[in-house]
Amino acid sequence: MSATVQRLEVTASPAAARLARLNRLDTVGLLITLVTLVGAIIWAFPLYWGLVTTFKHEYEIVRPGFQPWPEHFTFENYVHVLLQTKIGYWYINSLITSVAVTVLVVIMAASAGYAISQLDFPGRRFFWWMILGSFMVPIPALIVTHFIVISQLGLINTLAGVVGPQLIAPVTVIIYKQFFDSVPKDFREAAAMDGANDFQLLFRIYLPMNWGVTTALAIITFIGAWNLFLWPFLAVSSEDKMNITVGITQVHDNYGISYGRDLAVAMLAALPVAVVYLIFQRRVTQAIMLSAGIKG
Amino acid sequence: MIRSSRSEYLSAAVLMAPFFVIYAIFFVYPTIKMVELSFTNAPLIGPGKWVGLDNYFRLASDRLFSIAVWNTIYFVALSVPSGVLLALVIALGVNRLKGWLQSIVLAAFFLPYILPVSVVYRIWGWMFDKDFGVAQYVLAPLNGGQHLSVFRTVPLFMPAVAFITVWWCLGFSLLLFIAGLRNISSEIYEAAELDGAGRWLQFQRITWPLIWPVTVLVFTIQLILQLKIFDQVYLFTQGSRVDVNMVMVFYILRQAFQLNKGGLGAASAVVLFLVIVVLSVLQFQLLRARGQK
Repeated sequence: MSATVQRLEVTASPAAARLARLNRLDTVGLLITLVTLVGAIIWAFPLYWGLVTTFKHEYEIVRPGFQPWPEHFTFENYVHVLLQTKIGYWYINSLITSVAVTVLVVIMAASAGYAISQLDFPGRRFFWWMILGSFMVPIPALIVTHFIVISQLGLINTLAGVVGPQLIAPVTVIIYKQFFDSVPKDFREAAAMDGANDFQLLFRIYLPMNWGVTTALAIITFIGAWNLFLWPFLAVSSEDKMNITVGITQVHDNYGISYGRDLAVAMLAALPVAVVYLIFQRRVTQAIMLSAGIKG
Repeated sequence: MIRSSRSEYLSAAVLMAPFFVIYAIFFVYPTIKMVELSFTNAPLIGPGKWVGLDNYFRLASDRLFSIAVWNTIYFVALSVPSGVLLALVIALGVNRLKGWLQSIVLAAFFLPYILPVSVVYRIWGWMFDKDFGVAQYVLAPLNGGQHLSVFRTVPLFMPAVAFITVWWCLGFSLLLFIAGLRNISSEIYEAAELDGAGRWLQFQRITWPLIWPVTVLVFTIQLILQLKIFDQVYLFTQGSRVDVNMVMVFYILRQAFQLNKGGLGAASAVVLFLVIVVLSVLQFQLLRARGQK
């Protein structure tokens, strides 16, 4: 470190030279900004390209040459996939399973987080270590035995079977525990003095006080459940029970490849998560920080 | 305030019950069952005989399994370091921007991350399409004017999937890096500026050491995540040669679900489990030790 200081002192130059250097640095700064902007455009381009293709007629899509905007704007692709595929079923299945996962995970994690944070009971430490340990277990390694459990429960090819294994959410419990830990003890004691029981404490005080966290966790859980591919793909085999992520890749048109329709159905699958993200941008960011262990 | 510990136990029991039931059914039991199953020759559903370590010996001599292991390592090596480094570089660029411009640029980099894998598959399948894909304008000149069938050319498959994965997952690392950069006090930079430290020196002496803990975190998270690669490989190999592009999770699925060998599938799952645990602990320790120097 002392070497750095010495070097910095040596390189310190007279005022005029420094001014010249600052000007030059600004040019470099401008260049960096420009590169960043170009990078953002390149990054977003595949999204734009996928979207714009859905508004083209098929003959326009397969025509050689780069066409950034459709010559004849059309909704034909969307009309086709809405009327000719089972996308309605897939949408409803995705909605039901994702909402179920979200609600159950939040209730379960908040209750467990509250108990571990605020109550003293035998096995408390054991549960806490189990949760921290389960953090390391790669869920895709459990697909074989998850399938066995689900079939023992008679839930293969049902939406309940899709939901089940998604309820393991150690991170959510850990985050709730941390937030409940930081609620001042006075609240709890004052409310308990008034005769409130633990359920009232949890649902009237602890949860409402951490409403932002709950929103953030619910949103990220919903997005995760909506996007999940591997488990819904294994748990369900009939077209009517598929989630949208599975349905759009497993069911093919009988009349060859149609890029416009394939992409249109993909855009419809992305729509809910994209909308949720654009509305709740700040909460999504917060949830990602939280799940990575950065409290903010 | 004195409350009986019995009522506290009761509350705790009721509050822990849903969690306990779910964990018992979907975590503890499947984990134990997986280990047990790996010592039997059971099919996916149904009883099997105890065969000791047979499944593990079979894995060790199975060529397809070693292909799966190597492809997984290859994929991680291609996608993780480059993804983390690129995220840091972009974070430095985005962090300089202000206000609405920053929000838009950040959204452009982040948006792919929240998309389902099936949508990513459709978009890039179209981008790289052999006949009409727009990426052919870049690829064909590199290939002597010939259009490239990216996902059916074996040497190109993993690099292409890694490239797409970096595009898809970068947003996550980017957010963490930006949060880390914002935590570095601007006073340090001002002081360095007064001392005449240039941009590169500032990065070398201030940003890099102070962002190191975030780098470790991002690297570890990405490593564990990408070892579980399956979705993209499965989707992009649809209708073409699977075996040369086999990865570990795919191998588990192949043995257990496609060939109905539950025992062998479970054994390969145990191996994946151990690899992830060992690598993540080891890597975290290594990076931390490097950071403390």
